[in-house]
Amino acid sequence: MMRFIARRLLQAFPAVFGIIIINFFVLHLAPGDAADVLAGEAGAANEAYMKQLRETFGLDEPLHVQLYEYVINILHLNLGYSFRHNMAVFDLIADRLPATLWLMLSAVFLAVGLGILLGVTSARFVNTIVDRIASVLALLCYSTPVFWIGLMMIVLFSVELGWLPSGGFETIGADYTGVDRVLDVTRHTLMPALALSLFYLAVYARLMRASMLEVYRLDFVTTAHAKGLSPARVAFKHVLRNALLPVVTMAGLHLGGMLGGAVVVEVVFSWPGIGRLAFDAIFQRDFNLVLSILVLSSVLVIVINLAVDLLYAWLDPRIEIR
Amino acid sequence: MRRLREFWRRYRRNVLAVAAFGVLLVVVAMAVFADLLYPKGPWEMVTRPFLWPGDRAQHLLGSDMLGRDVMAGIVHGSRVSLLIGVVATAVAFIIGILVGATAGYFRGSVDDILMRFTEIFQTIPPFMFLIVLVAIFKPSVTTITLAIGIVSWPTLARLVRSEFLTLRERDFVQAGFVIGMSNTRIILTQILPNALPPVIVTSSVIVATAIINESALSFLGLGDPNLMSWGTMIGAGRQVLRNAWYLTALPGIAILLTVLALNIAGDGLNDALNPRLKSG
Repeated sequence: MMRFIARRLLQAFPAVFGIIIINFFVLHLAPGDAADVLAGEAGAANEAYMKQLRETFGLDEPLHVQLYEYVINILHLNLGYSFRHNMAVFDLIADRLPATLWLMLSAVFLAVGLGILLGVTSARFVNTIVDRIASVLALLCYSTPVFWIGLMMIVLFSVELGWLPSGGFETIGADYTGVDRVLDVTRHTLMPALALSLFYLAVYARLMRASMLEVYRLDFVTTAHAKGLSPARVAFKHVLRNALLPVVTMAGLHLGGMLGGAVVVEVVFSWPGIGRLAFDAIFQRDFNLVLSILVLSSVLVIVINLAVDLLYAWLDPRIEIR
Repeated sequence: MRRLREFWRRYRRNVLAVAAFGVLLVVVAMAVFADLLYPKGPWEMVTRPFLWPGDRAQHLLGSDMLGRDVMAGIVHGSRVSLLIGVVATAVAFIIGILVGATAGYFRGSVDDILMRFTEIFQTIPPFMFLIVLVAIFKPSVTTITLAIGIVSWPTLARLVRSEFLTLRERDFVQAGFVIGMSNTRIILTQILPNALPPVIVTSSVIVATAIINESALSFLGLGDPNLMSWGTMIGAGRQVLRNAWYLTALPGIAILLTVLALNIAGDGLNDALNPRLKSG
């Protein structure tokens, strides 16, 4: 088990390195640097001041030196300092990451849960009107832009009906504690998580339908029926467990995409996560912060994929963990 | 021509797919005839602000906060969506085929290196990478199109590679080796034409994704500032969401219909091109 994890981590290393290099060069191709922005805002853009700024932040070094120092710093988990927020980048991201992870976790939960439900229903009533309605529903979810459905939800549930708050992570200044706080956060999470999950929900529903139908045809299912197990027991104990494999794999592969979707959702719902942080940083030309968020998100994707591999092995005993 | 007719005969069986094709024709017509339909362009203030849809017959979908015709915006916006969607997909095609064909044809260490490279691009969250690229190179039609192409190619590369890996072993390709054809000729004349059908089917989904990505960029304020796009309209409508939600709803429906049509047409294309694989 430990060797399996160690080997996978070792394989991930070149990928992380490549990502750091790609991001570094992309961001350094940008016209203008942080010194330009800061000097422009200070309103005192003379040569001496610019030079001083560049020296302070190491922007006057040759590119390869900056890259070298950056990689070394990242390996020490030192992501630098955000001139904007006057805060270490690592602390800034660590501060915002839990909100994003919570949002993604809720969205995955909804997408997988509802997707499986929809897919299993379709497979159970295959080629009937129920199946058709479920397919159309999935197709609609699949084609809807996430930011738009988010805004439409706000119109319906916040503005017209007044059921749910239109944004934020919790009610500011209410100082709820215990169960009240959990309920408050849940009410705030519902719409953004649902908006983020819709696309993936559709993918999993389609996948689950196809995968259920495939597993139902296999011999061991016939055997299970033949030895007199109840249909429900066959469906859940035998078919579902095996049909889950593709969904688990896809859910893992989708997390990177979901992080991107989180940027849009966080902007729509004023969610205090790293997506909003990245969005703000881009408009403030806070390169180092943007770079760090990109690198960290990519590393997060790699770590989650590793976790998915382990989960996969647990679901399918044929795959040995070595 | 005969093959085209045969293809259409198969495609026609799927009623939904035909309807989707109709929707796409309408969108293309809007894009082509935008200047004829609304010669004043989408930015012109033509009536009083906040006219709700149906209030006045000559402005069927109402007007925005500055009195601009919403329908004119949607018609002109279709140009941006289609143009960026199609060209970005073409960019992704070129990179994807180049990388995938090289990896699948030469195999071995070339394949290893190219696939590691592809994996790196697949690991970076695509939409995050996209907004960073566009923000850095300043939003314009060119940068947005290229950036969407750059984040979309890995899927195509993997698809092309797997097609090349199997096709390479087939007898007709081996025959090409025997008679001494050059690598380039084998790739271009023997393998590529046979590898294309699944790639073409995937392309409609990639165009759909590109359109959604473009609108999301414009919504975030990272669109081409000189062009009216559906995402831009939604971004502007968001400011008055509480009072005039139709300004957000209508352009979104345009996106939804176009993307839905592309996805359904893609399914229809798949069934028509690979009749054996018909599911159900």
